[in-house]
Amino acid sequence: MKTLKAGTRLKSAACDTEVMVIRTRPEPVLLCCGGMEMIAMDGQKAAAEPDAAFAQGALVGKRYVDEQDTTELLCTKGGKGSLSLDGALLVVKQAKALPSSD
Amino acid sequence: MNIVMALEMAADCHPDRIAVTSGTKSLTYGDLLRAARTAGAVVRDSGCRYLGLLDINSPAAPVAIFAAAYAGVPYVPMNYRLTRPELEALLARIEPAFLVAAPAYVEALTMPAGNRVVSAEDFLALAQGNTAPATEAPGDPSTVAVQLFTSGTTGTPKAAVLRHENLMSYILGTVDFAGADDADAALVAVPPYHIAGISAVLSSTYACRRMVQLPNFDGATWLTLCRDEGVTNAFVVPTMLSRVMEHLDAIGESGALPAMKAIAYGGGKMPPQVIEKAMAIWPAVDFTNAYGLTETSSTICLLGPEDHRDAFTSADPEVRRRLHSVGKPIGTVEIEIRDAGGKALSAGELGDVFVRGGQVSGEYLGVGSLLDADGWFPTRDRGFVDRYGFLYLDGRADDVIVRGGENISPGEIEDVLREHPAVSDVAVVAMADEQWGEAVAAVVVPREGANVAAADLQDWVRQRLRSSRVPAAIRFRNELPYNEMGKVLRRVLKEDFRDEAQPA
Repeated sequence: MKTLKAGTRLKSAACDTEVMVIRTRPEPVLLCCGGMEMIAMDGQKAAAEPDAAFAQGALVGKRYVDEQDTTELLCTKGGKGSLSLDGALLVVKQAKALPSSD
Repeated sequence: MNIVMALEMAADCHPDRIAVTSGTKSLTYGDLLRAARTAGAVVRDSGCRYLGLLDINSPAAPVAIFAAAYAGVPYVPMNYRLTRPELEALLARIEPAFLVAAPAYVEALTMPAGNRVVSAEDFLALAQGNTAPATEAPGDPSTVAVQLFTSGTTGTPKAAVLRHENLMSYILGTVDFAGADDADAALVAVPPYHIAGISAVLSSTYACRRMVQLPNFDGATWLTLCRDEGVTNAFVVPTMLSRVMEHLDAIGESGALPAMKAIAYGGGKMPPQVIEKAMAIWPAVDFTNAYGLTETSSTICLLGPEDHRDAFTSADPEVRRRLHSVGKPIGTVEIEIRDAGGKALSAGELGDVFVRGGQVSGEYLGVGSLLDADGWFPTRDRGFVDRYGFLYLDGRADDVIVRGGENISPGEIEDVLREHPAVSDVAVVAMADEQWGEAVAAVVVPREGANVAAADLQDWVRQRLRSSRVPAAIRFRNELPYNEMGKVLRRVLKEDFRDEAQPA
């Protein structure tokens, strides 16, 4: 369990996935990728593959949110593992596309 | 949260896609990342505390924006059109700076001893040289990414501060990552020292879109470059679009731009005649009006393509007038209109425009934050929101004419005068008046060949607006003074009326 902060970057312990926290709730959460808790950017990866139940992949550039919409992550690097919060899979947030203004 | 994240993601997903084209030179996103990391290490090791740019647009500009982030210092692009004393004052304020500057702009200057000066060519050579690249950007989300000097029309230029979290909040809130197609290309015609020049680099990078730079704008070159480079997106300030229209009129060509998909405009008030003409010439192009300020990391409101088409084809005056609107706030910001006492106003009521959101910095170096306790920033723009939620601007608070206690916006008088057949351009300003404190004064540019008397124009206004709106004095000029971003220099026009003794 970790207390997350907006702007914090984390990486997967089980695949290439990297994320940045956009917003979150103040309580500690268990943020996982591939079924393993995500680690600091300079942390040591585990010698493990993503858990089959959490291996649908994370896509770069996509926003991921929990069902209660308390936490939002930006995937900054894609990987094989799926993102989950306190055991529940995060889903891709469909953002309304804005016309290019610059 | 750092702007280099946008570049790292782009270079990771599309390393071989062209990031920037400038004349015959180009850099891929992979090249741009390597150059920014290498130049970042050079700047970091120099011990300089700023990375300045004093030059027209070139590939050195996008490299410098990201290199500054890798060096952990603010990027400070400056206006190369300033006078020598103005530039010397700014350069002293950023000493010691690593300054990328064209020799022609710095030759005549007294350079502060702590500033290290290199040309854009030498900077790019360093960026592509053998220095070990910086791999990570230092600092945290609140580190200053960009410092922009305001135009300083009312005094010493203020240094507006934009932090990584402000700029990234804007980019993440408005741009789809890698949303651009392989063939997409955005034409960047605004200068690098303008906020639109910064946001063009950041938005294009996050969208993985190719930037095509046009360092010295003119209507003919803009059209040629659009065609030769297959430009699909362009941002223009209103005067640029006017010049393109004038050029098409002058040479009588169709103006066909087969690749163009979307044109965005902003940075000043768009004359309705110009946008309507552009929509008629390019019916397939999506037009977007973007309203934003330096202090808000660029765009806060958008009038999108659908809104343009609805307004253009509608017979309902309330829908039709949306072409004069700057649209609705983007999802990540809020707008509030307040009266002079700070009370929030309702739909249709004119007041001061306030804005709130993560991209709003509202902060100046040495002055501090102008945000109130609830995070609202006073834009100093006047405006109202209609019952559909569209924001209409009504000039700058500083331009309001206070005549005998009555607040008069120059905009409504200018709009009426512009409809007169003999008027080509017009600006309305305040002039000192013994009886009223301030009075309405107008500077009019007559249409070529047209002959019109001041009294006729005064009658024209009297028939359409309240008598307090009738200009007490009218001067004629061959053209109005504009800055390069298309803003009328009202202070210059006010000077014209300083010694006004006689009514027109």
